[in-house]
Amino acid sequence: MHSSFLSHANGRYFWFALGLITVSASAYILHDPKQPPNGGTWLGYTLGSLGLFMIVWLAYLGRRKRNFAKGWGTVRGWVSAHVYFGTALLIVATLHTGFQFDFNIHTLAFVLMCLVIFSGFFGVWAYRVYPPERNQLKKSQSINDLFLQLEEIDSQLTRLSSGSDNEVRGIVNSAIERTVIGGGYLDQLLGRDNSKLVLQGSVVDNTEQQRALDSLLEQMTRIQGLESTRLSEIVRIFGARKRILDTIREDIRMHGLIQVWLLVHIPLTFALFAAMIAHLFAVFVYW
Amino acid sequence: MASEIFDIAIIGAGPGGLSAASHAAELGVNHVLLESSPKIANTIQKYQKGKHVMAEPGVLPLRSPIRFSAGKREEILSGWEDGLTEHNVNVRYNTEVATIGGQKGDFLIGISGGEQIQAKHIILGIGLQGNPRTLGVPGDNAAFVQYQLDDPDAYKDESIVIVGAGDAAIENAIALARHNSVSIVNRKDEFARAKEGNLNLILGAIDSKSIECLYGTTPARIDPPSDETFAGTFVLDTPSGEAQLPVHRIIGRLGAIAPRGLVESFGIEFPNDDANAIPALTSQYESNVEGMFVIGALGGYPLIKQAMNQGYEVVEYILGNKVKPADHDLLAAKFKTLPFDLDVDEVLALMQQRIPVFNGVNALQFRELILDSEVSLQRKGAVVFARNDYTNSFYTVLQGSVDIEVAADTLINSGQGNFFGEMSLISGRRRSATVYAADDCVVIETPRRTMNKLIASVDAVRKVLDQTFIVRTIQQKFAPDASIEDLLPVAEKTVINQYAPGQVIFSEGEEGDTLHFIRNGSVTVSSNVDGKDLVMSYVPANQAVGEMALLANVKRTATVRATVKTETLSIDKESFDLLLEKSPGLKARMQKIVEERMRQNIVLQTNTDSGELLSFLMGQGLGEATDVLLIDEELCVACDYCESACAATHEGTSRLDRKAGPTFAHIHVPTSCRHCEDPSCMKDCPPDAIQRGGIGGEVFIGDNCIGCGNCEQNCPYGVIQMSYKTSAPDSFWRWLFFGIGDKPGKAVNINAGENTIKQAVKCDMCKDQSGGPACVRACPTGAAMRLSPEEFVDLVRDVR
Repeated sequence: MHSSFLSHANGRYFWFALGLITVSASAYILHDPKQPPNGGTWLGYTLGSLGLFMIVWLAYLGRRKRNFAKGWGTVRGWVSAHVYFGTALLIVATLHTGFQFDFNIHTLAFVLMCLVIFSGFFGVWAYRVYPPERNQLKKSQSINDLFLQLEEIDSQLTRLSSGSDNEVRGIVNSAIERTVIGGGYLDQLLGRDNSKLVLQGSVVDNTEQQRALDSLLEQMTRIQGLESTRLSEIVRIFGARKRILDTIREDIRMHGLIQVWLLVHIPLTFALFAAMIAHLFAVFVYW
Repeated sequence: MASEIFDIAIIGAGPGGLSAASHAAELGVNHVLLESSPKIANTIQKYQKGKHVMAEPGVLPLRSPIRFSAGKREEILSGWEDGLTEHNVNVRYNTEVATIGGQKGDFLIGISGGEQIQAKHIILGIGLQGNPRTLGVPGDNAAFVQYQLDDPDAYKDESIVIVGAGDAAIENAIALARHNSVSIVNRKDEFARAKEGNLNLILGAIDSKSIECLYGTTPARIDPPSDETFAGTFVLDTPSGEAQLPVHRIIGRLGAIAPRGLVESFGIEFPNDDANAIPALTSQYESNVEGMFVIGALGGYPLIKQAMNQGYEVVEYILGNKVKPADHDLLAAKFKTLPFDLDVDEVLALMQQRIPVFNGVNALQFRELILDSEVSLQRKGAVVFARNDYTNSFYTVLQGSVDIEVAADTLINSGQGNFFGEMSLISGRRRSATVYAADDCVVIETPRRTMNKLIASVDAVRKVLDQTFIVRTIQQKFAPDASIEDLLPVAEKTVINQYAPGQVIFSEGEEGDTLHFIRNGSVTVSSNVDGKDLVMSYVPANQAVGEMALLANVKRTATVRATVKTETLSIDKESFDLLLEKSPGLKARMQKIVEERMRQNIVLQTNTDSGELLSFLMGQGLGEATDVLLIDEELCVACDYCESACAATHEGTSRLDRKAGPTFAHIHVPTSCRHCEDPSCMKDCPPDAIQRGGIGGEVFIGDNCIGCGNCEQNCPYGVIQMSYKTSAPDSFWRWLFFGIGDKPGKAVNINAGENTIKQAVKCDMCKDQSGGPACVRACPTGAAMRLSPEEFVDLVRDVR
């Protein structure tokens, strides 16, 4: 049936990449230059040229995936090849260096390339782990469903608390009003909750709605009779609200993690290009 | 008593009526035009302001004394009004015809209110919209009670009550609630008839208190206002007693009364009870009541230009002039390549005479049918259509003969007057045989829509097609080696059964003595596992179910249910035994199918999750799909490249909504066209712009869409949108390096002047893209897939 990008075409590109690694590594082991292994030997130049070609091709994915109308093959196939050849590049480029590292532009290019590849590894992991987790978390509901439920609960709580005394109404309404979902990048990625609550005239933290729940429970000990049934209903619904908020926040966190690595992967790719141009310039003009 | 006798009374001032009246006026014929509403062209008046009206079919010339060309609603209406003044047409507004008596030369038209008008001839052009259902309570004729809403923004700060629970009522309520205090009166406890989108809107608005809803409430009467700031008091029967609502305005949206009952009361006969049936008319538009003529949508011609031409022609016919219909030249062009030296009417007569299935069709309908059809000369050996083609038109042989290759090496010759292609016409599935021209022959290809219209209105055609379908199905599917004559006794005993969606065809544990061949629709096979009804497989049209009980003489091992509206042919045990006798290979073939099905069942029975997933997919109406986009949520990273790709390849508007739609287990069904086997969207498309075809069998909308929105409303899955033309920029490098232009896949409106209209857009399965569907090709992770229902069984087996 259908398959993920990792198992695309029965893992065809995995085997191609493995072949490439084997050939490069064997050549490196068998090659016996007069000088210590480096980028300047014929094998060094060969591996370097291969690496350069691979980097340009890997970066071209950014163009290909936006080539909606035409373009050879499927994006899934391209991504599959991108992942496996990107991994192979790590070996090819390392062999190209001959393990000569220093504080210079050449090593900078290498380090940048490694960062790009490792951020890509995180991406692969995120792409495989978070979608199933998100689906399970939301129990097959969409994020819109959750927001609709939240809206429904909020209006229920407002209705219920409108008959309660000032204190309860204040807790419920200010907790709803000052509930924060999302926020900045960091807030989203860490699932940080900046929700607040107005308690006795002052604004206090209401992380995970805990403070509001605690305050409502406190009120329960104070209130007796008919009013207490209403309050316990409010507390029950408030509990459900907390669960939905937690789910939404966790979903946003995972969605963020699925995307955030690209904010590292892509800019570093451009930095890598800059460093690589400097590296080539240095090698061919100043050597 | 009426004092004047008109030569012609025209009822209904729509395009047809206006044209007829103007032409009569132009010729100095004594006439009267009766219109029940206070303005001309009631249906077009109801269009939204500024709507662009198309003038399809473009090839048909206009023949009318009044102007008409594509343009804005206002321009067209004022053009017609000018035409009426110019020709001095005798028009009477607010004149509703209630009865018609008498006969040709002496008709007596009864007007509501008691007045009577005498006329020698009557032209009926009242359309299909019917009159809106009124509230039916005392006081409902007050000026502030209305049954339509042109411009919701025209009302501000009013108290408005809307009566009704359909889409029109909801849309009006939502639009008015922006500036007014709105209540909606619903006779029932829920909004059962509304589309899902409207349902969410109205429930949301009720929840947020922006609209008050009175459930279980009916109007009682309308009283004068209790205080002067209001127009009246609306008295309602609510579950908790009588309620009085002061109002400025009451809007009734209770649907319309179809005009058929009224038309029948005039003496006009319809051929059958089918809702789409049209009255039988002569080629001069005369009905069975002599002297009474029917034109326009009521006569089966829904387009404005057709109706106007008919209005002109019918006046000529009444005057005894033999004008050639406006389509004469079109037909002549169609027949030009044919090897006959005959004029148009003679060719038409020859066709009806040579092709028995068209014998019982009246001349006007036949003319229309041929106008829609392609008549072509096929050279010997040419392929008319090939097995597995997605076409579903109907063919008749006018001259020569064709060879139908029902199986490898089995050719059936079909000669002059015969027809073929009825299998796909009826089942909506791919072609089951390849047809070659046996010699140079002339064939007529009639589109499915036209044929279905004919089947709905002429019983004789339906009967012939059904009989032929049965015999040919039995021969092809069960006994290819037997002759038609041998199979006739079986065919005679074969019954056509119809099932509603969800209806049980047979249940597990019953004695089984019949086999069902699914001729259209599809079924699910389910079994009781641990007290739960578990779907095990899906069987599409053109296959048989229930053969197990006949072969092995056991009780039914599973329950078979129709997933959508389904028709089956049932063959009883006796006939089946006869077939086994006539066709020696049948038993072995059937046993193989049974074995395969049992194997499938065992796999699925051991995994209840997959059965539940299959049930879910069927519950989403995917049983009638032929190709559907599904998303594996375990792989989807929510990048929305599917939508961007769709937009980029389809003028900037994505035809799928990834986020919308339900999910079960890990399978998500986004809002996107599933290319139904028998598409609801195609049922009522005036210019016939929605087509099915191509190698993928995709359903797509052509450029001749007039933007009427019928398909959008008819689609039960909400996958059609009305959209202005947009374009997708392709400026990748400039966008990447310099931030110039828009991101690839983002829609940009094309400003193509004020005559642009919203047209219907939907998934066309990327029929114009060489690589196949862009949504699937653009998915980076493999989450998006396109499947046909036959592949669902494989999909659900993957369930972890």
